[in-house]
Amino acid sequence: MPPGQYLTEDFPVLSAGPTPNIPLDRWEFVIASEDGREYRWTWDELLELPAEEPTVDIHCVTKWSKLETTWRGVSLDVLMEDVETTADFALAHSYGGYTTNLPLEDLLDGKAWIVYEFEGSELAPQHGGPARLLVPHLYFWKSAKWVRGIQLQEFDELGFWESVGYHDYGDPWREQRYQGD
Amino acid sequence: MTQDYQDGNALAGPLAELFAVDVTAATGRCVSCGDTGRVADLRVYGHELGWVARCPSCDHVMLRLVRSPDAAWLDLQGTLSLRVPLPPS
Repeated sequence: MPPGQYLTEDFPVLSAGPTPNIPLDRWEFVIASEDGREYRWTWDELLELPAEEPTVDIHCVTKWSKLETTWRGVSLDVLMEDVETTADFALAHSYGGYTTNLPLEDLLDGKAWIVYEFEGSELAPQHGGPARLLVPHLYFWKSAKWVRGIQLQEFDELGFWESVGYHDYGDPWREQRYQGD
Repeated sequence: MTQDYQDGNALAGPLAELFAVDVTAATGRCVSCGDTGRVADLRVYGHELGWVARCPSCDHVMLRLVRSPDAAWLDLQGTLSLRVPLPPS
């Protein structure tokens, strides 16, 4: 367990706003590169992509950790396969307006997924369904619920929590909770 | 469906740590829709990571407050103005 965390069997719900209602026939996921090119997937197109079932530990900055959670979704490596970019940073954005920033390298090489199932069932809206970002090696606020897209950029733009005191990177093993940690 | 937010009175305690006046009694104007209302009437989400207060008319974020062990972070960029009632001078 990372320092300062405690184990929970529950799956606490933390939200910064109302849970968005996203009809699947209007859902889309968009990766936009720094030069303005856009790569889009509809819900059906996302489900047609090769899926993985990562089993991972998740760590919330509010100090709970949940071990061996199983998800199903598409690796960002698959989604980024045809994306041409030299960007170093990514800003994930969600239905409802939430944002979070990460170095692009933290989304690649088997470290991040767009997931749509949790423990064998479709991902519930209060946990980010129909689809959320999953980046389990960082604190869980980086795993944006209701993810809508990723903006690739050459500069680091702070996200929703990062712009009001939370750490830019958020490594639970280095206990990077707040700016300056 | 269960209500997933509290009213703005939930901000009274955390804001009392920062301000000498009761900010929940102030009237705020939303940057997004221009509606005015009491801070006490905002919709307040969360509190574990921080308090997120949204306009009851348009859901725009009007106030965010994060309390770390040694500091408070206050964002009011969604609030165009705050009218704070004061005793006559």
